[in-house]
Amino acid sequence: MATKSRTLPLSKRGLNFEMLMWIFTRLSALAMYALILFGVIGALIMGARNQMSFADILRWGFMPNSTHVQSTNVPDLAPWSSFLWNLTATLLLLVGTAHGVHGLVVIADDYVTSPRGRLVLRFLSIVTMISISIIGAYVLWAL
Amino acid sequence: MGLSRNVSLSTALRYKGQGPFLTFILHRIGGLGMAIFIGIHILASFLSGDVGNAINAVYESWVFQLFIFFCVLFHAINGLRITIVDLWPKLIEHEREAIWLEWAVFIPVYAIAAFAIIRSALGG
Repeated sequence: MATKSRTLPLSKRGLNFEMLMWIFTRLSALAMYALILFGVIGALIMGARNQMSFADILRWGFMPNSTHVQSTNVPDLAPWSSFLWNLTATLLLLVGTAHGVHGLVVIADDYVTSPRGRLVLRFLSIVTMISISIIGAYVLWAL
Repeated sequence: MGLSRNVSLSTALRYKGQGPFLTFILHRIGGLGMAIFIGIHILASFLSGDVGNAINAVYESWVFQLFIFFCVLFHAINGLRITIVDLWPKLIEHEREAIWLEWAVFIPVYAIAAFAIIRSALGG
C-alpha cells in the first residue's frame, strides 16, 4: 500500500503565528549553532589554543563576552572585547532569548489551558523577553 | 475555547512512550534548566556585588556543572535532530535510528566532559 504523505501543502496549513514561531524555533537553533561555531573559531584564531583549556573555549563559545575569558591565561582582553564580539554576543543573546522564551510558552501551554490564563502568560512572556534582552545587552555593552 | 485535560497525573506518569518520549521529556527538562540558569545568570551579572557573587558560587559546584552540561548538550543534539527531521519531513521514517545515533553522539561526549568535571572537582 502506497503511504500517503501526511504533510499538507503550505496553502492548506495557513501561515499563522504558531507556524511562524515553529519555523523560527528551528532556524534560530541553526543560527545559534552557527554563532557558537563562529565564536569558537574566532577564539582559536585569537590564540585560545595556547591560552585556555577546551572548557574555557566552550564557555567563550556559548557567550563571547570578555568577562568569560578573564580567568584564563589570555594576555590582553582588548581583542576579546572588540565591537565584533560584542555584536556576536548581542545577536546570540537576542536569538537565544526569543528561542528560550518561546520554549517556555510552549511548555506553559501544556499546563495552562484557559484562554484567559494563556493571554496572561503571553503578556508575561513578552515582558520577560524584552526585559531580559535589555538587561543582557546592558551587561554586554556597559559593564 | 479552553481545552480540558482528561488524563490524570497517575496515568500520565505510567505512560510508556519509550525512546521518543524520553528524548521529548529530556529536551523539555534541558530547555527549562537552561532558561532558568541563563535568566538567573544574566540577572546576577547585572546585579554583581554580594548578591551576584553568592549566585555565581552555585555555578562553581561540580554537581551543578554536571547538570547544566547535560541540559546544554542534550538540548543541542536533540534540537539538531528535531530541526533536521522537521525541515526534511521525509526523514521521519528514520526517527528511531536518528534517536539511536543521537545517543551514540551524546554518551561519549558527555562521558568525557563528566570525567573532566569530576576530575577537576577531586583536585586533579
